[in-house]
Amino acid sequence: MMFAAAMAGVLAAMALTLVRALLGPTVFDRVLALNTFGTVTVLAIAVLGFLMGRPQFLDIALLYALINFVGTIAILKYLQYGDLGASGESPDAGESGR
Amino acid sequence: MRLVGLYLALFVFWLLMSGHYEALILGFGIVSCAAAVYIARRKDIVDDETLSWYLKPKLPFYWLWLLGQILKANVDVAKRCVLPGSRIDPCVFLAPADQETSVGVVTYANSITLTPGTVSMQTWDHEIRVHALTRDGARDVLGDEMGARICRVEGEQ
Amino acid sequence: MALAVDIASWACLVAGALLCFAGGVGMIRFPDVYARSHAAGVIDTGGALFILLGLALQAGFALVTVKLGLIGLLLFFTSPTATHALVKGALAGGLNPLCHQLTADETAALADEASP
Repeated sequence: MMFAAAMAGVLAAMALTLVRALLGPTVFDRVLALNTFGTVTVLAIAVLGFLMGRPQFLDIALLYALINFVGTIAILKYLQYGDLGASGESPDAGESGR
Repeated sequence: MRLVGLYLALFVFWLLMSGHYEALILGFGIVSCAAAVYIARRKDIVDDETLSWYLKPKLPFYWLWLLGQILKANVDVAKRCVLPGSRIDPCVFLAPADQETSVGVVTYANSITLTPGTVSMQTWDHEIRVHALTRDGARDVLGDEMGARICRVEGEQ
Repeated sequence: MALAVDIASWACLVAGALLCFAGGVGMIRFPDVYARSHAAGVIDTGGALFILLGLALQAGFALVTVKLGLIGLLLFFTSPTATHALVKGALAGGLNPLCHQLTADETAALADEASP
């Protein structure tokens, strides 16, 4: 019962972030929504494991958290440099904001 | 020496993750940990900088304090998300970062981002551009309690 | 004792679910990427923390708890990095925040107010 309550909150958050991913308007909004959707999915998988009495699901959640992070960084790197093999040296390194 | 430490840490991690203790599966674990250590050595990311940071005795206390701050900020931002008629007043500013090492500055910037209501936008050696959801959030960052605590963690041996 | 643990885990799970929902609402309501990243932060930190804590209380002392702790640790290390990379990318992509850029004087005034 308590896992079902947690699941309801998590699913609601998933739906809301998905709406934001569809609405946009900029590509960064979509990436942010995607990243958050991934985090919520990790939580959903963990709760689902308990809901169904199969804690092995936690391994999948752990892996999903890793892939989500790497995927987000990869998308952002591609957006910024247009090349996944770029050295990653930021063009504004060194100079101050003032 | 550090590579041996890394190997042992990875293997303990692997054991915790797998929960299997048959010879064949253990063999796979030994080989995969060795491969991970080899890649880490080739990428030259096994250095003293981060290791000595995580061995600082005051760090766990800082994390506990940070957890408290995160909980407080969470309640505030969640209220502003949900309650109708609540107002946000975002602002951007430059905050000083007095940490000496780059790990210190990174910890500070990550702590700022981890606290809902403030996000670090850009970092330089001694300065961080911060986006705050409210003026109160900006005031908390500029009060520099968090930065001072990180400096204290950094200062010990 | 078991009842106390159950109540604590109920409280944690409900708090986590509410924070996740609040973060989701914030994602919809807030005006620009930078403000939305704060709402995402609520889900990434508070929501994750409370839900994982509630699950860990149910699991008790077991390998499962260790794994829950690792998921939490992983989220707490990666989520600020991802958010920072995203916000920095948005700034580099020429997206101006919908807000007031504090001048050096205003920043100094706020800093003065903060320090006693």
